[in-house]
Amino acid sequence: MPDTHHPVRYVAKNMRLDLRLIAEMIPRGATVLDIGCGDGALLAHLTAEKGADARGIEIDMAQATQAVANGLAVIQGDADHDLVFYPDGAFDTVVLSRTLQAVERPREVLRQMLRIGRHAIVSFPNFGHWLLRWQLVSTGRMPMTETWHRPWHETPNIHPCTIRDFFDLCALDGYVVERWLAVDDQGLKAPWTRSPWLANLFGEQALFLLRRG
Amino acid sequence: MSAHIAPFPQVDHQRAVFPEGLALDCGISIAPLAVAYRTYGRLNAAGSNAVLVCHALTGDQYVAETQPLTGKPGWWGTIIGPGKPLDTDRYFLICANVLGGCMGSTGPREEMTDAEGRGLGRPWGTDFPNITIRDMVRAQKRLVEHLGIERLLAVVGGSMGGMQALEWAATYPDAVYAAAPIATAPHHSAQNIAFHEVGRAAIHADPDWKGGRYWEEGRVPAQGLSVARMVAHITYLSEQALGRKFGRRLRGDTNPLGALTFLEDVFEVESYLRHQGSTFVRRFDANSYLTITRAMDYFDLAAEHGGDLSAAFRGTRTRFFVASFSSDWLFPTAESRAIVRALNAAAANVSFVEITSDKGHDAFLLDEPDFHRALGGFLAGCADRLGV
Repeated sequence: MPDTHHPVRYVAKNMRLDLRLIAEMIPRGATVLDIGCGDGALLAHLTAEKGADARGIEIDMAQATQAVANGLAVIQGDADHDLVFYPDGAFDTVVLSRTLQAVERPREVLRQMLRIGRHAIVSFPNFGHWLLRWQLVSTGRMPMTETWHRPWHETPNIHPCTIRDFFDLCALDGYVVERWLAVDDQGLKAPWTRSPWLANLFGEQALFLLRRG
Repeated sequence: MSAHIAPFPQVDHQRAVFPEGLALDCGISIAPLAVAYRTYGRLNAAGSNAVLVCHALTGDQYVAETQPLTGKPGWWGTIIGPGKPLDTDRYFLICANVLGGCMGSTGPREEMTDAEGRGLGRPWGTDFPNITIRDMVRAQKRLVEHLGIERLLAVVGGSMGGMQALEWAATYPDAVYAAAPIATAPHHSAQNIAFHEVGRAAIHADPDWKGGRYWEEGRVPAQGLSVARMVAHITYLSEQALGRKFGRRLRGDTNPLGALTFLEDVFEVESYLRHQGSTFVRRFDANSYLTITRAMDYFDLAAEHGGDLSAAFRGTRTRFFVASFSSDWLFPTAESRAIVRALNAAAANVSFVEITSDKGHDAFLLDEPDFHRALGGFLAGCADRLGV
């Protein structure tokens, strides 16, 4: 990593494949809150293509400033501290993409998301992927891959989980999984939707559409 | 300051006069109401491109042109003009002298009127009623209607101007498409009130103040008003900004070695403040200063709405741009964040950034490219949505 002096809490983003997959889950004209919105690529897309009322929260000031300068309704803030101020049911959909593993209290963040939104869309890198398992078993050290690319002492990703772990949390807190999918490292939809066990082994990223039970 | 200073000359300001006057929050009505103002750019046929700029405590309506008394450039000329964030090619900009001000709007320096609106041949002075930020906004609303504008594209202001932007959005939500409260707070803090009180006490202590009737003798409480300005000016800067600008340097050639002689040494920062004070008294009225600082101190938007700040914005469709500056200790970021959180609680559309700057509260008036980019982008986004 070129800059290890200022560890970024959340992974940097651009208009990635999973954002496109997320956008497909959002109906036209929806009110959306994107937590960890980066420079607002998803917000801009949803506003222009879906007529959405899309707003964002971004922890990184430079990215938040860029998003605001692009005319997007973005506030500098973070998932752990700012969601509590929104009223119940303020949004149709609340999005948290590739950020869950980096928040202080993922379970509480998820609870807040489904309090202020009717639906929650959550994407996260799957720590159950076979390559990570293999690296840990074969080398006895923390895995390093393209997705998990920072050494353990510098990673912002303090709460990694697997696809099966996430299913368990949803069951524990009574959330309904309306849709879910796993994608491989090319961002292509994986064909294992019938089997969480296989998806957990071969899916690099997971994407969940939840609603309150 | 030994010599007595005469009041600054009256200037012919552009004004709109409303004979019916204005009912104030304190229960008193004043008539007629005069609002001095300046405009820049052109109002489009639909009347949809008007942006009201609200000035701070000691600002005035000459926001983007030479101030007629001082000959200095407009106080926000950095962001107003063709191609600038407040683009005069695209927007119709309005800036009014606040109610209680001293640049042509109804205030302590203007002729006092009786209940029937008849002139009494003397200035209001300290008989000018207590006013609020909301009173200022009501006066601006009259002007905006007078100019044929039903809904403003935006209300933009920093510091006390930001209080007005918040008050506009709370009082006239349907008349404000967007509001940009900058470097401001939902209420004036105890610390801010305290600094204002030091300024007021300095004015009151000046023998030339004469219980507020200094105008009778054609002089002004220059020493007191100057000290008030000096104190306030410190609060507008940061320790870093003062350090960078002046450090511990001594003024001029008192000692070529730059070491203290313990005789006539004057630090540069002292002479700078004295200069700020002495130029201020040549363009600002002491009774206006007392009136407006009081209005700021009274400001508490939550209290106006049952103690719940978010109630001030309930159901609002106005889009908000909130900005603060990292080294501003007069209106710190925490206060902007309180505004943002109240707006979130009201499910309002809000953008918020804290601009990294070491220039203190004054940063909102200075060259801060990130701030200008964000404000300009926000306004342009609003204008695009309205088809301006």
